[in-house]
Amino acid sequence: MDKVKIGTCWLDGCSGCHMSLLDIDEGIVAVLKKADIVFGPLVDAQVWPEDVDVALIEGAVSSQDDLKLAQTARSRSKIVVALGDCAVTGNVPSLRNGIPTRKLLERVYIEGATERPGTERPGVPTDGVPALLKLAEPLHSAIRVDVYVPGCPPKPDAILFVVGELLEGREPDLGSKLRFG
Amino acid sequence: MTEKVKVRIDGEVIAATPGQTILEVARANSKYIPALCYMEGLSAVGACRLCMVEVSGNARLLPACTTPVQEGLAVTTSSPQLHSYRKIVLELLFAERNHVCAVCVSSGHCELQALAQDHGITHIRYPYNYPKLAVDTTHPRYVLDHNRCVLCSRCVRTCAEIEGAHVWDIAGRGIGSRLVSELQRPWGEATSCTSCGKCVQACPTGAMAEKGWGVEEMTKQRTVVSRLSSIREGA
Repeated sequence: MDKVKIGTCWLDGCSGCHMSLLDIDEGIVAVLKKADIVFGPLVDAQVWPEDVDVALIEGAVSSQDDLKLAQTARSRSKIVVALGDCAVTGNVPSLRNGIPTRKLLERVYIEGATERPGTERPGVPTDGVPALLKLAEPLHSAIRVDVYVPGCPPKPDAILFVVGELLEGREPDLGSKLRFG
Repeated sequence: MTEKVKVRIDGEVIAATPGQTILEVARANSKYIPALCYMEGLSAVGACRLCMVEVSGNARLLPACTTPVQEGLAVTTSSPQLHSYRKIVLELLFAERNHVCAVCVSSGHCELQALAQDHGITHIRYPYNYPKLAVDTTHPRYVLDHNRCVLCSRCVRTCAEIEGAHVWDIAGRGIGSRLVSELQRPWGEATSCTSCGKCVQACPTGAMAEKGWGVEEMTKQRTVVSRLSSIREGA
């Protein structure tokens, strides 16, 4: 039997959910017997491969790049899992949503910058950084999501349970493992 | 001794005292009906709509906290329809303000968070409102964070009915409703506030907290109000 292909990615988040994924400890051995991780911060692939079975997506959708990656992951994956509170609710990244994007960037990069004589005047960076979207929103506001795993971060046993159920072809029901924050 | 009335809750016949509400009878008989604005020892206002139950002979759902029992009443406390309505109520509360559990002092001890988890809410189906809301830190000991407020009015009633100071009220209408101290004066300048802190203990979420606590650190003494109220009834 072919191995299940898992892709992971990290949008506007802190990588804590990926840390929690690594925290499944020896559980990873059981997972990797049945699955390969084919994309994500933990592996080398540069593009999201075709025909991924399970996409684990951490983080809110906050920039143009986030949106593009989420859409690519969706179109090339059978099951999309919103991993963690940022992907599920917007969480901490969404705290900026009450402030207009331009004002927010100016506050951080211009008002908040220390001017040093002889250096360029500080400005909002545009080169090599993706443009922010108006709002940092939960993943399901951008793409269809099949499974939600809240938590900041979700506990390793919740992640292992969800991945395990998906590998067995079942729809995971978090039950008492369900937790926000 | 007052005559008892017989009511049926989820099929079980229970003897209740006239004047008791469905919620009181249910809780006294270990039957669970979720509620957020109800607090034992305070008047009931039927604001949160979580305790809606099916009552025989009524096409509409009725709030258990404000509906008195009558002889022969038959109540259903849980059904797929009630469950789905309660989920909607909870999800709308989450969508209305900024309930960010991950950075909340009350995370892990929050009634809203616990209700969401009990009802199997995995995500919010409605678009978030993301309102820009103030945090009132003017009181020397307590803090009011409007981002977490669900307008249950437990603080309003605790202050008015238990402490007798009536510092709090709800101003505005609908989605613009806000908890206010002394007609919009900052909490720290509210001269009628006795700083007793019972509003803080009564608050179901992290909207009111003692200063100085970090994420997950604020635990509340939920029984303060009911204890005081029962002592006074006995006096």
